[in-house]
Amino acid sequence: MPIAAELHAVSRIYGTFAALRNVSIAFPAGSCTVILGENGAGKSTLLRLLSGLTTPTRGTISIFGDTPQKNRGRLAYMSHAPMLYEELTALENLKYFASLHRDDQCACVGSPEMALRAVNLDPNLTRTVSQYSQGMRQRASLARVLQTDPEILLLDEPFSNLDVASAHQMVELLADFRTWPHHSGNPRTILLTTHQAHLAEPLAETTLTMLNGQIASRIDRNPASTPAGPTA
Amino acid sequence: MNYFHHVLDHLRKDLRLEWRGRDAINGMLFFALLVVAIFSLAFDPTGFPTTTRQISGGVLWVAILFSSITALNQAWIRELRNHVLDAQRMAPSPASSLFVGKALANLVFVLCVEVILAPIFIIFYNLHPLGNSWLFLLVMPLGTWALVVNGTFFAALGLRARNRELLLPLLLFPISLPAILAMVQASSGILTSDIDAIQIGLWIKQLAAYDIIFTTLCILLFETILHAE
Repeated sequence: MPIAAELHAVSRIYGTFAALRNVSIAFPAGSCTVILGENGAGKSTLLRLLSGLTTPTRGTISIFGDTPQKNRGRLAYMSHAPMLYEELTALENLKYFASLHRDDQCACVGSPEMALRAVNLDPNLTRTVSQYSQGMRQRASLARVLQTDPEILLLDEPFSNLDVASAHQMVELLADFRTWPHHSGNPRTILLTTHQAHLAEPLAETTLTMLNGQIASRIDRNPASTPAGPTA
Repeated sequence: MNYFHHVLDHLRKDLRLEWRGRDAINGMLFFALLVVAIFSLAFDPTGFPTTTRQISGGVLWVAILFSSITALNQAWIRELRNHVLDAQRMAPSPASSLFVGKALANLVFVLCVEVILAPIFIIFYNLHPLGNSWLFLLVMPLGTWALVVNGTFFAALGLRARNRELLLPLLLFPISLPAILAMVQASSGILTSDIDAIQIGLWIKQLAAYDIIFTTLCILLFETILHAE
């Protein structure tokens, strides 16, 4: 299986605090990895590095063999914050972000209406995002990333603010998302951080546990599908 | 063509956000009106019509400059809320299209304020232009663009700074000095007819050259600013 994302001896230091320390790991295309760990363990930093929003202090990161910055259209990142404009409706937000992915070469952007329906939000809702509950914001945020049809989906605490039923629905949607065919023919890769391991369990082919900026343990449900030897 | 579509998408979004919130225009308008009113009280425009005519160009641009700072400081705040800027940084569209769209939106906001401010300014200062008043149609947009293009850029530069409200005027005012000089000289020339049309034309050309140089620089440097940590 080709490698979708890879970190080689990556460290990220903020001032005197090392958020990530000499991490090397490869994520095969089509895999689904759940990252666990306490607050400050380095989970969000790992995702931000892979998304290209943060650059490593040391080491290299590659996405499909190139830098994250050169693969912006193939990545999608959902953070703790919804990354939506408060003054716009969910549909207006999604249409705007879809327009930023407009490309001459391919019509790879999904329909904003379909993405909203997929996360159980009414596209015709006239309320602005400022009037949404936290759970609705979270679902609208997921719709924002799904509509861009990404090959690599980076999800930072996607279940926070969701009730158990909504969280299970999101897990089912993500499992379903992995089966959606991508126009490039490449399989979809998911990396997800959470504190609620039991919720993400149906998705977890690989479970990483982070501690003090390093990968403390790794459990592969299907060892044959993952490359050997992640090192921390 | 795709680039211009992206610029239009950003512009439409910023205009819609402003229409819903009206944060920038309301703040700017009240600030500009206050500056005009305070100057008119301080200088007694009816008592000294010649002096008033000579200084009114400067007063007008000071009012526009100070009031536009309030809008320019707000320009990127909406992008920081909910970490929307991270979504912008990850988008495959060109970073400079975001900048151009936002600068154009700021231009629209400041021009709206100028349209409302102009008749009030004329009444307060009892003015009628003695020169070619149509030249204002060149001076006003060119001068306003000089302020907003640098203002939008420096507001983005100071986005992650703790005291960004203070940082913007500290950076913007000195770098805008050549443009302010050209705007004030051209405006005063039109109002007083003290300098000939050729001289006014030279000031306008200087303003246009300033706009071209700084717009190009800002577009080229914006991606670095956007992705700086």
